[in-house]
Amino acid sequence: MRDQFISLALILCVLHSACGLYFHISETERKCFIEEVPDETTVIVNYKVELYDPRSNGFMPSSPGIGMHVEVRDSDDKIVLSRVYSSQGRISFTSHTPGEHVICMFSNSTAWFSGAQLRVHLDIQVGEHAIDYANVAQKEKLTELQLRIRQLLDQVEQITKEQNYQRYREERFRHTSESTNSRVLWWSLAQTVVLVCMGFWQMRHLKSFFEAKKLV
Amino acid sequence: MNTQIVVLAVALMMHCISAVEFTFDLADNAVDCFYEEIKKNSSAYFEFQVSAGGQLDVDVTLKDPQGKVIYNLEKATFDSHQFVAETTGVYTACFGNQFSAFSHKIVYVDFQVGEEPALPGVDEHATVLTQMETSSQAIHKGLNDILDAQTHHRLREAQGRKRAEDLNQRVMVWSSVETAAVILIGLVQILVLRNFFTDRKPSQAHYGRL
Repeated sequence: MRDQFISLALILCVLHSACGLYFHISETERKCFIEEVPDETTVIVNYKVELYDPRSNGFMPSSPGIGMHVEVRDSDDKIVLSRVYSSQGRISFTSHTPGEHVICMFSNSTAWFSGAQLRVHLDIQVGEHAIDYANVAQKEKLTELQLRIRQLLDQVEQITKEQNYQRYREERFRHTSESTNSRVLWWSLAQTVVLVCMGFWQMRHLKSFFEAKKLV
Repeated sequence: MNTQIVVLAVALMMHCISAVEFTFDLADNAVDCFYEEIKKNSSAYFEFQVSAGGQLDVDVTLKDPQGKVIYNLEKATFDSHQFVAETTGVYTACFGNQFSAFSHKIVYVDFQVGEEPALPGVDEHATVLTQMETSSQAIHKGLNDILDAQTHHRLREAQGRKRAEDLNQRVMVWSSVETAAVILIGLVQILVLRNFFTDRKPSQAHYGRL
């Protein structure tokens, strides 16, 4: 039973990487994706890189020579993860601060110019999508209904997190708006003061100048 | 049991479920394309939203495997498109920013193919669903809608916030520049006036010209 589950999971894994979104980059190019997530949220990135093969005019299904450098930065521009993986990998990290997390990928190729083309299959799952329910059901021996409820619970939890994050962002938004408001107010006051001072000084200066020149 | 797994695997292969949502940075003058293999008769849902940069616009094109354009929008900020694949093959979604030479765009993309994968073990039983199961399914659907709405709202909020932060910055910079300009003009005025009166001997004709 266990073996079968594992094989099923493996089949699922293979299927998952086989279909899905892909894009092309050149060997020296860097591609970044942004995920805006609340705190304590798990993000899973699955990727697979294929190298362009000029002989067959296609992409080699496996290119062991290629390594991918994956870098994850959080909203404060702090590096969460930076490592070189092989041509196929699965990265998972949990956010500790809410905000925009930038996931950057670039190959460790030493090509000087653009080099060959790479095809990158990518799959990013965030929050409750990242939970593997087959695993959960097996580990905790849940019945079907319990599993359904479990999924609902995870979703509700994700929504709560998102709402907390919403509150946090709303606060930031309000701060910005209030700052703009007070800046406009103070600036108009300061501008008036500057204008009055300037005019006053100009008149005084010209008056003394004309008097010194005996023009008036 | 083994055959069951094979059947399940084949069934999954037929459906080829994939759902990915991400945000990427579209450089100025660039075109970024994403590809996705879609099986015949499976439904796909495509949504995009520009959350920052320039006038919040982007060119979007969806092409089928034969290169025929099935959906095209120019200078759009937000839209979604649902379609059923007519042929099996690689569908292309391209985002173009060729019209803007300076501003890069932040674009959110949601690309879903096929139905949401069912929970493991849930799909198999053939009996009629109990009331409990039906309502849990309904709740699940409702929560999914909530999550989608939240994402949409979050992006809209990000749009507003980025604009506000921009405005804040601009007010700051512009007011500093304005203050500097007022002081500079004041000083230059005095200098010019002084020049008028000191360069040459003051005469009636000179005043007449002023």
